[in-house]
Amino acid sequence: MSQGNLRSPLRTVLGLGSAKQGAKHWWAQRVTAVGLALLGVWFIVSLALLDGFAFGAVTTWIGNPFNASLLSILIATLAYHSQLGVQVVIEDYVHGALKTISLMLSNFLHVIVGVLGVMSVLRIAFGVAA
Amino acid sequence: MAKRDKPLVRPLSPFWQYQIWPSMFLSILHRITGVAMSIGAVLLVYWLTAAAMGPDQYATAQTIFACWITQVALIGFIFSFCYHLLNGIRHLVWDTGHGFDLAVARTSSYVVIVGAVVLTAVLIALFFARAGGAA
Repeated sequence: MSQGNLRSPLRTVLGLGSAKQGAKHWWAQRVTAVGLALLGVWFIVSLALLDGFAFGAVTTWIGNPFNASLLSILIATLAYHSQLGVQVVIEDYVHGALKTISLMLSNFLHVIVGVLGVMSVLRIAFGVAA
Repeated sequence: MAKRDKPLVRPLSPFWQYQIWPSMFLSILHRITGVAMSIGAVLLVYWLTAAAMGPDQYATAQTIFACWITQVALIGFIFSFCYHLLNGIRHLVWDTGHGFDLAVARTSSYVVIVGAVVLTAVLIALFFARAGGAA
């Protein structure tokens, strides 16, 4: 054991205790929070100022390259931030094998929602939609 | 042993000593609104996907969004956004090491609650005025 490491070899093998990744999770949550505060305000104000929600008006707005870029970044950041938050909630309230399954399911769903969102924005932006 | 006139007042477990209002309430609400918006993100992506699939799919989405249950949910998501945004800023300020004094934390909690309600009202008014009810 190296100096300063107070964990027993058994603990290291079992992978219990601190996984030494908490700081990365904490910091990522803060970075995405700041990003979402800016992007979220932009998105909600844009939606509120949008001239109705008819198909043409909506696809024209999403199709604008500037809007499509920010929307893609918003969706990716939202999925990441949501994953980090839901992970903590699951870790707090769900235990045992169900915890592992819930975390996995949450990760899958967040990736699906994120990719589907970005894909839809790109499809509108590139004009593939009918 | 002599019987006591009144039961001993022993300290309760820490959980029952915490005061719920305002700090604990705001903390729980931050979590609830966060999870709510995780569900709201699915609705947002559904809206985008429907728009990407064409006018027919988008028309279906519009009837779903016009339904009163969805409208109530949308109002909930708007409040969640406003509250989580303002309380999130409060958390970020705490992360810098400021605002922990009891009086300051109390004041900021009231600012967040009132601010979230006012912001929600403004946004709902904007949406319903522009979209004619069908947000």
